[in-house]
Amino acid sequence: MKTLIFKTASGYLLPLLVLFSVFILLRGHYLPGGGFVGGLIASIAFVIHSFANGLEETKHLIKMHPGFLMPVGLLLAILAGASPLFIGETFMTGLWFENPVPVIGMVGSALFFDLGVYLVVIGVTLTIIFTISETL
Amino acid sequence: MTNPYIVLPVLFQLLTAVILLFFWAKVNTQRLISIIGSLISMGIAIHLFYQVYGQGIQTMQAGSWAAPFGITFVADLLSATMVLLTTLSGLAVAVFSTGSIRNARLKFGFLPILHFLLMGLNGAFLTGDIFNLYVWFEIIIIASFVLITIGGEKAQIEGSIKYVTMNLLASAIFLTAIAILYGLAGSLNMADLSGQVAAIENRNLVHVTAILFLVGFGIKSAVFPLYFWLPASYHTPPPAISAIFGGLLTKVGVYAMLRIFTLIFIPDDFLSDLLSVMAGLTILSGGLGALLQSNMRKIFSYLIICHIGFLIAGLAMYTELALSGTLFYLVHDIVVKTNLFLLAGIIFKLTGTLNIQKLGGMYKKISQAQPAHGHTALFLGGDSSSFGLLGEGRIDSRWLPKWFLCAGGHDRAGELFDSLCYRKGLVRGLLERSRGPA
Amino acid sequence: MELILVILIGLLYASGIYMMLRRSMVKMIIGLILLGNGANMLIFLLGRIVKGKPPIIDSAEKVFQDIYADPVPQALILTAIVISFGLQSFAIILVKRAYKVVKTDDLDALNSTDEIYD
Repeated sequence: MKTLIFKTASGYLLPLLVLFSVFILLRGHYLPGGGFVGGLIASIAFVIHSFANGLEETKHLIKMHPGFLMPVGLLLAILAGASPLFIGETFMTGLWFENPVPVIGMVGSALFFDLGVYLVVIGVTLTIIFTISETL
Repeated sequence: MTNPYIVLPVLFQLLTAVILLFFWAKVNTQRLISIIGSLISMGIAIHLFYQVYGQGIQTMQAGSWAAPFGITFVADLLSATMVLLTTLSGLAVAVFSTGSIRNARLKFGFLPILHFLLMGLNGAFLTGDIFNLYVWFEIIIIASFVLITIGGEKAQIEGSIKYVTMNLLASAIFLTAIAILYGLAGSLNMADLSGQVAAIENRNLVHVTAILFLVGFGIKSAVFPLYFWLPASYHTPPPAISAIFGGLLTKVGVYAMLRIFTLIFIPDDFLSDLLSVMAGLTILSGGLGALLQSNMRKIFSYLIICHIGFLIAGLAMYTELALSGTLFYLVHDIVVKTNLFLLAGIIFKLTGTLNIQKLGGMYKKISQAQPAHGHTALFLGGDSSSFGLLGEGRIDSRWLPKWFLCAGGHDRAGELFDSLCYRKGLVRGLLERSRGPA
Repeated sequence: MELILVILIGLLYASGIYMMLRRSMVKMIIGLILLGNGANMLIFLLGRIVKGKPPIIDSAEKVFQDIYADPVPQALILTAIVISFGLQSFAIILVKRAYKVVKTDDLDALNSTDEIYD
């Protein structure tokens, strides 16, 4: 798919979609959205970029193997989930900071868990799609 | 009593797996981390067992959501024992795999996946929520899919196609059963369901659900009409992987059956008879299958099926004595099956073959060259044949009055098992020479 | 609505099992996917379909004032979909790999692991 329209559009779509995925990630606690959906949207952004500009270009853009995002995200999710254990609460209990942060809103362990999920989903999806399209 | 730390056996395996992922392709570091991680989880599991033994059942509500709404984790003596055995087998396999698994396989992430598998097993043993049990089962099977295909030899791929298909089918049936159960009872908490299901008036639908659970877990634990995937796949991966599969994966199906059929669906006459017939035929077909084979790992695969039959038999009778026999045998069987497959790995490494017709006089040969290896083999082999008889005897004592036909099947199979071990030179080849100069 | 869903679920299960019984590996995977989708729809149906509000209580109220949709089946289906996404992508890669190694799509040709003597 080497059309000029698609190629030009993908350049604008990539930052837009990544930004939108972050928005979806942040609103996810009480409203529809969250880490999983956000991660999927972000990976769609990279997939569109790879369709338009070729796989090598996208890999160059990401600068690291997408598989590396999996352990990072998992570690973040574990730490967020296990953080209540350190103060004697049960696993996965939501801990919240007192004051809301501007733009983001309330920050708590659930947000970090979602951020971990976001990274894992991007890592997994991109690894699967890159692997399949490489071997085809 | 409430104890937020009972989730630690699960979390720590996950943490080990994640740390191992960071050291992707650095094989020697991975080996070290895996063994250290297994040792620490062993400590955690022993501590959990000690707590449960001393203070009784421990529970935990994930996310502090109160019980039938949130996900409950429960550690009773059975779960704590199973967690202990899982980590024990995990430690044994982690140590064994450092020597026996080729570097190429380790580079594809054998050790992290092994720890994900152990995490899934620990989770399945500790959860008190039926949908959560489904999720842990999926974690177990997806990790086992990777383990069984890693390496990608022809036999492995063929075996794993069968393994993957049957397990996916079992998951779909399990999910269907959960869907109907949720529609019927409106709850997913196992303790809550136990009361809810008993009060349902539409007993026929309850029976259908029970049968769906039976089929789903039956495929996973390889009972009679549903076992054909097991001997087709378990002998294909490397010994360390077969060991963890043979020791734990079928047993987690039996464990789930024990939970479901003692908590939610109490076996009535029909279910009890069905389980009895299935158990008898499982024992018979496993024993007969083992007798036919000459590859040692295939024999052990069929013996897994045979011994699953003993476990189901105890559940079918549903008396206190029979159930305690089942539990006792379950504990023993996990250790022995793991050992047997590791033993097969050692034998293959020493002699280069697993065909028992070529293995005669092995003990003599080995004990002259490498005494330590010979004695290990003898110890592992001997342990399996002696200790298990206690458990089998306990189930056996209650067996006869109920189902004469199945009792016949059981005795035949027991006989076959013995003749298999003694006449075909498996254990005998080891034992006879031990009276000699060694 | 329920009736349409019941027929749909029945069709999904039937065609899933039919496809699994074919001898082709690819059709087997399709069958598994259909079966999984059928199971997800079944959870959705058996969780009772309710036309109503989302199960979120207004900040002014203490309890639900209105009829509401049960959120649990949706959570279950989401989990099941994510799991089956992973499993299915694995199974597709496995079939592709098997086709490379065994060089056939016929399931009946996969019988070398069942031989007694080797």
